[in-house]
Amino acid sequence: MTVGQFLPAALAAHAPVLLVAIPLILSAPAAALKSGRAAWAIALAASVAAFLFAIELFLATRGDAPAISYALGNWAPPIGIEFRVDGLNAALLMLLSASAILALLFALPSVEDEIEKDKRALFYSAFLVVLAGLAGVATTGDAFNLFVFLEISSIPTYALIAMGAGHDRRALTSSFNYLVMGTIGATFFVIGVGFLYMSTGTLNMADMAVQLVELRGNRVVEIGFAFILVGLGLKAALFPLHLWLPGAYAYAPSFVTVFLAATATKVAFYAIIRFSFDVFSVGNGFVLNSFTYVITPLAIAGMIIASAQALFQSDVRRLLAYSSVAQVGYMMLGLGIGTQAGVSAGVLHLINHAMIKGALFMALGAFAISYGVRRIENFKGLGQALPVSSAAFTVGALSLIGVPFTVGFVSKFYLIQAALQKGWAFAVVAILISSVLAVFYCYRVLVNLWVAPRPDGASRPVQRVPYMILAPLLVLALMNLVFGVNAEPIVNMAETAAAAAFNAGVAP
Amino acid sequence: MTDALSILNGVSPAWFLILAGLLAWASPRSELRKALMLLGPIGALAAWFATGETGVYGVLDLGPVVLETFRLDNLSRVWALVFILISFINAVYALHERNRMTDGAALIYAGSAVGAVFAGDMLTLFFFWELTALASAPLIFSVGTPEAQRAGLRYLAIQVLSGVMLLGGAAMLASQTGSWAFDAIGTGSAAGIVLLLAFGLKAGFPLLHMWIPDAYPKATGVGSVVLSAFTTKLAIYALARGFAGEEALIVIGLVMAIFPVFYVVTSNDLRQTLAYALINQLGFMVVAVGVGGYLAINGAAANAFVGVIYMALMFMVLGAVLLRTGTVKATELGGLYKSMPITTLFAIIGALSVMGAPLFSGFVAKTLILSATHYEHHDWAYTLLVYASAGVMEISALKVVWFAFFGKDRGLRVKEAPQTMHLGMALAAFLCVFLGVNYPALYGILPYDMDYKPYKLASVYGQSQLLLGTMLVFGLALYFKLFPLKEDRTILDADWLYRRFGDASARWGAAMGQLLFDAIGKVLGAFISFVRLRLFNLFSPAGALSKEFPSGMMALWTAIMLAGVVLVAYFSPV
Repeated sequence: MTVGQFLPAALAAHAPVLLVAIPLILSAPAAALKSGRAAWAIALAASVAAFLFAIELFLATRGDAPAISYALGNWAPPIGIEFRVDGLNAALLMLLSASAILALLFALPSVEDEIEKDKRALFYSAFLVVLAGLAGVATTGDAFNLFVFLEISSIPTYALIAMGAGHDRRALTSSFNYLVMGTIGATFFVIGVGFLYMSTGTLNMADMAVQLVELRGNRVVEIGFAFILVGLGLKAALFPLHLWLPGAYAYAPSFVTVFLAATATKVAFYAIIRFSFDVFSVGNGFVLNSFTYVITPLAIAGMIIASAQALFQSDVRRLLAYSSVAQVGYMMLGLGIGTQAGVSAGVLHLINHAMIKGALFMALGAFAISYGVRRIENFKGLGQALPVSSAAFTVGALSLIGVPFTVGFVSKFYLIQAALQKGWAFAVVAILISSVLAVFYCYRVLVNLWVAPRPDGASRPVQRVPYMILAPLLVLALMNLVFGVNAEPIVNMAETAAAAAFNAGVAP
Repeated sequence: MTDALSILNGVSPAWFLILAGLLAWASPRSELRKALMLLGPIGALAAWFATGETGVYGVLDLGPVVLETFRLDNLSRVWALVFILISFINAVYALHERNRMTDGAALIYAGSAVGAVFAGDMLTLFFFWELTALASAPLIFSVGTPEAQRAGLRYLAIQVLSGVMLLGGAAMLASQTGSWAFDAIGTGSAAGIVLLLAFGLKAGFPLLHMWIPDAYPKATGVGSVVLSAFTTKLAIYALARGFAGEEALIVIGLVMAIFPVFYVVTSNDLRQTLAYALINQLGFMVVAVGVGGYLAINGAAANAFVGVIYMALMFMVLGAVLLRTGTVKATELGGLYKSMPITTLFAIIGALSVMGAPLFSGFVAKTLILSATHYEHHDWAYTLLVYASAGVMEISALKVVWFAFFGKDRGLRVKEAPQTMHLGMALAAFLCVFLGVNYPALYGILPYDMDYKPYKLASVYGQSQLLLGTMLVFGLALYFKLFPLKEDRTILDADWLYRRFGDASARWGAAMGQLLFDAIGKVLGAFISFVRLRLFNLFSPAGALSKEFPSGMMALWTAIMLAGVVLVAYFSPV
């Protein structure tokens, strides 16, 4: 355990567990409160605390520092549960907690607009459980514990999505669908873990990796890998296992969409990287072949088909949801390339996509609050009515397309480079096709936003966008531009993460 | 050079125009804006004169890159001068107009074009290159019709794309050579090809030209004057700087000079006719750049110089007609010489310049290029250019003058154009005649010294013959009613490539994807219900796999993917 970087050493020593425990514990008082605002304050405090711990962990794992291993309750691994943080999940924890803070700022006005008064405290409580669960998935070094945290994060997510029912009853069916499918995914995952436990006799991931080296060619291990990959792929919305996503994102409350779009699929994506590279190893033929022959074609199909589906949506949130599926395709393509450069590009896009979609969904939330619109045709002339939010949306959309000087360009650039290094010209072609489709679907929205004149008479009075929404929205939009021009910090982050993924595994 | 001017030594003229434009955007009063529109170019002109010595000024050292914002040499000063002149003439011409958006945009547009010409490195060039795109778009958008909005977006997309390609090409070049300098590039490397395409997009290379006839006719009356002046000529400058003597350009230029003939004859919108004539002239300049050598580069510069002025004059004339009659359709105009006699006079002067009649500016510039192709032994290029000038330039000029001002009188009795418009046109017309008669003034500012006499008996005689011959053909065509100009037709040009085909193929592809997806879903769904009916009826009466609920579909996909991974894993080497 490295000595604290800026937190007191006593706190820093327990950073990995506190990061998860604080939101989890604070969810109880939040649920007990009557006042939504008080619960919100607790949630914000918990997120800020998580963010501080994440920074601590991030600083402690930079460079060549060894992974931080934390034995829960002093039960030494591999028997006890181990929390293990290296460059890969430290970056993810930063992303997770920063997204939580920005989303929570946005939440105060948005939740008051969308959620009934007596449910708000419970709403924030559920959010804290989700945050704890996702952070737990990202920190734990124990395969079964990962399943538990996956479920901890999923179950309140279903509830949060269903709370969109006040606005649109379809939130209920979407939530139910997600519940069914999410459970299938989790079940597949736990079956896979079961197979591995059966063959290795351990649940600790690092220990498992050591045991697995001995078990080359073992069919049970291969089956276990297949179950884990599919289960996590479903959680990560890998095409065609994405069917739960559009409905869930489109009908959930705005705040939930902002947070989920920035984090939920990312955590599952992280878990795939963790298992594929550190528990199993790309040196194993079946892992690499699954990447090449299963993940890559599905990633490319997702990039193109989901983008094409986005073209035909009339609800902007559904459009962005399909676009998210396509963006997951980009990340998966980075993974499918299977080289360190590929994983680095995938992680880079993971970070960037959180900024892009965070900004876009938040801007949609702003439109929804001050104008009450969600469909593309109602966006006409909104650029004049809400210039700042529209500008932020435009920055996000340009970034989504991958225009130079935005983060979207940076990650596509690295992804194309990784594909070229591997000699996969077809992947480059697919990226370009998908980008062109992105131009088309963004164009549809932007034209309505800026160019089409505002219809006379029919327009509702426009309310000012609350500062609590504008502030995080502008921060995200600016991040899109700042990191687009000066990409070094995030590229370094992604490269450290990819290096950590590659080095943590056991060479076969 | 007086002492008063020497303060301005080394200050790029571009800043005066851009600053005036920004102030104009900020100022609510029209009078103030008009003053700025006049003062901006005057200040820029003063700066142009003040900096007498060629050299590199305005260097910004940003650590890894050094930006040269003001590189004054023999090539860049020609283009800068005409850009400044035309922005002044346009300011006079636009005095009557009250439009905050276009006033500021026209100035910034002019300033960024001057800035791009003076750019000594690729990054500065890129900055101003994109600025011309962004500043010029309001000239189309401010028309306000949905058609103009769409055309403006297409225009903007193409222009920005060109800038992005420029940046990409420059980055590739810099990674090879380690230098961002903007000098001769050549087509030897992939970077060179990308840059050539970036320039070609703005220069209106064949198949990349469609934005010109698409956007120019849809701009405001004043807007099309400015649009016609800067973007394309800037691209010619960039080509002359980067690709002089590139033989491929001769062929490209010839195609540009010749193909507009079909469109010139058939288009009904007279501004569109002029837009095609503009492409033809750009073709001349591209050929000249391709020929290379002192005489040809001089020819390109001279053509750009006078071309800016006489094309602006023609667009001004049509702007005046548009202002008074509300249309520039050949089938709706005619007989305007009765009510707009002064404008008619300017139109005739402009047309004679376009046609290259002796004593007008077009002649002294065009003969340079023709002689250059001749001396360099590109005889077939010479022949084709002669025919192209007869076919396109002359027909287009005659057509505009004839159908707008003479021809069938449609009973339009309108007021003569405003005095300020006349003044602007008069300035341009004066330059057309002045440079044609007093040609040493033009030749004196060209990049290279030369001893060339345009008024030789053979060339005057040949050009006059060509002119009269074309007029005869035009007259005969009119007399026998062979002019295919009866209905308001839509010209389908190469722009279907991106407007129709691109859009349609994207939609088609997406629709097919959806269909395929649905079909797969249906086939699988049918298969499942078959299996379910036979086997699972007892176990799943609720129909968990039915098509309406995606969870069933999804469970199936999960199983299929699991099977896929297992199969792959099974057949993988250990």
